Amino acid sequence: MAGLAVPTWDPETAALIGAILLEAIVLYVGYGGLERLLGPYLTTLLLGGESDAQ
Amino acid sequence: MLSSVLGGGGVLGTSPEMLALFVGFGLVVGVLFGFFGMGGSFLVTPALLMLEYPAPVAVGSGMAFVFGTAVIATLKHHDLGQVDYKLGVIMITGTTIGIEAGRTIVYYLESLGLAGGIISIAYVVLLGGVGAMVTRDALKSDGGGGVDHEAADKDLSEYEVPEIAKTIQETVRIPPMVTLRGDVRVSAWVITAVAFATGLLSGFLGVGGGFIRMPAMIYAIGVPVPVAVGTDLFEIVFSGGLGSYLYGQGGGVDLGIVAPLLFGSALGARIGSAATAVVDADGIKVYFGGMLLIGAIAVGIGEVGSYLGSPPLELLGLVLVIGAAVVVALAIVYTTVSSLRETRRQGTAAAD
Repeated sequence: MAGLAVPTWDPETAALIGAILLEAIVLYVGYGGLERLLGPYLTTLLLGGESDAQ
Repeated sequence: MLSSVLGGGGVLGTSPEMLALFVGFGLVVGVLFGFFGMGGSFLVTPALLMLEYPAPVAVGSGMAFVFGTAVIATLKHHDLGQVDYKLGVIMITGTTIGIEAGRTIVYYLESLGLAGGIISIAYVVLLGGVGAMVTRDALKSDGGGGVDHEAADKDLSEYEVPEIAKTIQETVRIPPMVTLRGDVRVSAWVITAVAFATGLLSGFLGVGGGFIRMPAMIYAIGVPVPVAVGTDLFEIVFSGGLGSYLYGQGGGVDLGIVAPLLFGSALGARIGSAATAVVDADGIKVYFGGMLLIGAIAVGIGEVGSYLGSPPLELLGLVLVIGAAVVVALAIVYTTVSSLRETRRQGTAAAD
């Protein structure tokens, strides 16, 4: 944890942390899209086809 | 050792074997992080140290990974309406001041040559104490922490406020009073005091502090469990981001480690945070308490190994922590699938 240590401006480090933030957002959106696309199929697979009963 | 065996060409200076290892490990940590709102820092950093990464890289990359995972999990909890931003902002302020106070105590103890021993003992006592309290409470309240199939539809105001939190809410009514999600009304001073105390412990122990903050929000403030998880993640975005930046300035953040870990954990966090809406709160507390207890034992074994100069004991401590993480992550997935199957079966029976 960082506490009250005051960071100085460093463009290279800011870009690095920005890249991690960007990757996190892209992964959130990307996995969200995959979940919507494949979610129903995976649910059926995990529940052993019981969803067909509905 | 292991890193040299798995070494070779790859992406971002990391071999394909190491990339696969990091993605798999990230998946496990992601499930725990999304489910409990904690568990990244004390799993990733020791694993990176075992892979013979230098300590600043292990700590810095571990923190950057926690930051990335917290961003993803916070977005998910935000979508589920489980982040209290008002509580989060007050908590960030109190925690930051507490962390600095904790660090001051560490430096003072360091000057006396007592820091290492006292911190290890405090770690074991705290993990063990919180773990025992949470497990006992969960087992007592619901006959073994079973699955509540209506948990997904449960309104936040329907969550039971622990007795200790009720007493604090009724006794300490110093203005300004703050209304939180789940219709919890509490003095801002209580939140600040809890934040400061948890920040103090966090700074003293040198950890992210989710395992302290989350029970503190539940038991001292009376916040519903899902909101405690979501708000804790929101706080970790800020503390983890600042910490990563500071370590990154010293070259301590390796994107070749963080990127694959995040790739796996993003999927795991999605599974873990979705599971919180399916699995009962008491079920969550049983897992959480059990993992803290195993963590306490593992840290104790690791410390004894370090004291006796016994690498096998140190390794056992680490294997215990990682093994517990894998087992608990599998238990979460299993309970979630079982719960969904049971709900589906009941729905089918009712339709018949």
